Amino acid sequence: MLRYFLGRLLTFIPTFIGVTLISFAFIRVLPGDPIIVMAGERGLTEERYQELSRQFGFDQPILLQFWDYLTGVLQGDLGQSYVTKKPVFDEFFTLFPATLELSVCAIILAIALGLPAGVIAAVYRGKFFDRALMSTALVGYSMPIFWWALLLIIVFSGNLGWTPVSGRIDLLYYFDNTTGFMLIDSLLSGQSGAFTSAVRHLILPTIVLATIPLAVIARQTRSAMLEVLSEDYIRTARAKGLSPTRINGLHALRNAMIPVITVIGLSVGTLLAGAILTETIFSWPGIGKWMVDSIFRRDYPVVQGGLLMIALMVMIVNLTVDLLYSLINPKIRHR
Amino acid sequence: MSLKKYLAIGGMIAAVSAGSAGAQTLVYCSEGSPEGFDPALYTSGTTFDASGQAIYNRLVEFETGTTKVIPGLAESWDVSEDGLEYTFHLRSGVKFHSSDSFTPSRDFNADDVVFSFERQRVEDNPFHMASGGTWEYFQGMSMPELISSVEKVDDMTVKFVLTHPEAPFVANMAMDFASILSSEYADAMLEAGTPEMLNQAPIGTGPFTFVAYQKDAVIRYAKNVDYWQDGLPKVDNLVFAITPDASVRYQKLSAGECHVMPYPNPADVAAMQADENINVLEQEGLNVGYLAYNTTIAPYDNPKVRKALNMAIDKQSIIDVVFQGSGQIAKNPIPPTMWSYNDAVEDDAYDPEAAKAMLAEEGVTDLNMKIWAMPVQRPYNPNARRMAELMQEDFSKIGVTVEIVSYEWGEYLSRSRELDRDGALLMGWTGDNGDPDNFLAVLLGCDAVGNSNRAQWCYKPFDDLIQQAKVITDIDKRTALYEEAQVVFKDQAPWATIAHSVVYMPVRPEVEGFKVHPLGSHIFTNVSLAE
Repeated sequence: MLRYFLGRLLTFIPTFIGVTLISFAFIRVLPGDPIIVMAGERGLTEERYQELSRQFGFDQPILLQFWDYLTGVLQGDLGQSYVTKKPVFDEFFTLFPATLELSVCAIILAIALGLPAGVIAAVYRGKFFDRALMSTALVGYSMPIFWWALLLIIVFSGNLGWTPVSGRIDLLYYFDNTTGFMLIDSLLSGQSGAFTSAVRHLILPTIVLATIPLAVIARQTRSAMLEVLSEDYIRTARAKGLSPTRINGLHALRNAMIPVITVIGLSVGTLLAGAILTETIFSWPGIGKWMVDSIFRRDYPVVQGGLLMIALMVMIVNLTVDLLYSLINPKIRHR
Repeated sequence: MSLKKYLAIGGMIAAVSAGSAGAQTLVYCSEGSPEGFDPALYTSGTTFDASGQAIYNRLVEFETGTTKVIPGLAESWDVSEDGLEYTFHLRSGVKFHSSDSFTPSRDFNADDVVFSFERQRVEDNPFHMASGGTWEYFQGMSMPELISSVEKVDDMTVKFVLTHPEAPFVANMAMDFASILSSEYADAMLEAGTPEMLNQAPIGTGPFTFVAYQKDAVIRYAKNVDYWQDGLPKVDNLVFAITPDASVRYQKLSAGECHVMPYPNPADVAAMQADENINVLEQEGLNVGYLAYNTTIAPYDNPKVRKALNMAIDKQSIIDVVFQGSGQIAKNPIPPTMWSYNDAVEDDAYDPEAAKAMLAEEGVTDLNMKIWAMPVQRPYNPNARRMAELMQEDFSKIGVTVEIVSYEWGEYLSRSRELDRDGALLMGWTGDNGDPDNFLAVLLGCDAVGNSNRAQWCYKPFDDLIQQAKVITDIDKRTALYEEAQVVFKDQAPWATIAHSVVYMPVRPEVEGFKVHPLGSHIFTNVSLAE
């Protein structure tokens, strides 16, 4: 197991260097110059442009710029935002807990509802349940996120007044960011009602962000279950007279889990993409919104540093998924 | 957490909980996060609202709701005969804010003024590079070339010496980049090795003291109890709830989660006006949206061709469709709320037939032109693509074929400066200081060709007028010169002037004393909440 883990860890290195290079190149390939964007409608003179180029280091050969960046990254220095003048690393970790909290809630919701929905649909294949669940999943999958979010806000916050419109917690509560996770910090603060307020603020964004992964997980579970349910050993189990719950829950589901876990792992990428819109609409102070703002401002250090950190997170999740495979299916770790 | 923060929070909790006696908290659903809290480092209005307007003062201020310059930290000022020396007499007894890490030992004085400008101006000032700043506004307003020295005459007097006379100088001193910071605080932070704190934990003399900022979420301020203007500010706490989406801001305002919101969607304004829980304040914006021809290439180098094209544009339908009525037709390059606006100038009448004949007279047939449409939304142009499409339709009626082009914003700004750029370009401007020079010289002066003068139009009779007006301080003489310049502009038609937008500001009915500011700032000093 340890050898398997170390082997997987080794593949990290080339991927990491590749990601560093791509994140560095990506923002520079985009048209638009940070200095010009900064000057806006007013514009600036050629001399001033040259002066700022020197100040930002754009007059250096591109390979040298990359080398500086890479050596910085290896020393844990992602540079400083052109805009806020703060270290990218610090900004990332200020905002990341908000994204993580929302994503974890969303993925838990997606699994908690998607998995049983998929199993039920597979067991009742072709019946009413199956059709209803799968059509709902298709609608969920095709829903434009911003529209869905606004619809929920208008109905649940505007008309019914059940949930707050946006933000992470009521403005009434104010305490230090100990962990950055609002659910935990609100509990630690000891202020009565703070935790409930944080939960209420999480409801709508969680539903919005979970919608697409939920649909994908439900559909994937259904097809994986159907495949497993047609296997010989299931027929054997049925012939042996095992209860349907035991067959579906233990024998079929465990074997159907491999593709489902893959999909859950891949959903992390989708979650981060969805987070960009969800965070903007719900004024959720996470990294999605931060990245988008930085791309528009051509804030090179933030975009390349942020991409690198996100890629790192995705890589860690995928490594975890690989390890989970080997736990569920011993054939993989002994291969 | 410090005691002070607890007190501030205590005040907020008391205020928010059921309108209890006394403490009032005003919540403003702001449109974005500030880039920082040192206004001299940045150029965006979002940052100025959160820093310059809430936390700082300047030597002179714009009276809220107008562009009139009134005394601020300077009680009065004198200008020398030759217009080269400006002496400011400072207000005494003005206190800087205190924080966890800093308690001022003295009141505001001339050292603070000298520091606030020298850090931007002098390259070997220890603070010039400390914030990694580029002082973009100071540079953009050509201050390094204009100011030759900033001298402390005595503790309460400061003298600015200029390299040449410049009439808009006093108005420039009311802009956010000219905010006054504490030199004592700066020295303390430099000594502690944390000069960046000036930008992160600001100390000013303004109406509100900074309490806390959670990035992309909320900014909290408390009333400056030692504020030099008696009885101000009126609310005890000010909160910026950062809400980037306009539809969500509207929902929050409806739900009572905030009291004031900026930048509503034009499409929502009618519904807001009909809602009895929302008052929609409005004011004409100090801006102009225009179509700039490249006047250096044929056939747009011919004023008659430009004039003919202008006559083909149906501006009223642009106001109706693109601005959804929230704008007015522009005939001059400066907005009607600005002094020296020449109302006697007549706009080119919409007349496609005459336009067509005029083009034929100039020998222009089968013209193919490019219209550049900006990819971003601005108050002076909420939808450039749609505007370009309407123009395309208008021009097709006079036999001109239009190709609409657009680029990513940075690329658009960069390419629009090129001298050989083809066709005409949609662009616009929002004023900085309420001075006509800020429109006419920046956008149409010879010095700005290849830069912010996107018509690349250098016309000596016009340039002479605005250069003259810049160096004299007599406002009547300046007005006469600018009025004449507008006549020359209309006659030469380097642009098609399209529209001045109207700025809408939805507020809750309990909000009292809020004024829409023509320069785009959101100022809460005079605002109170009715019980």
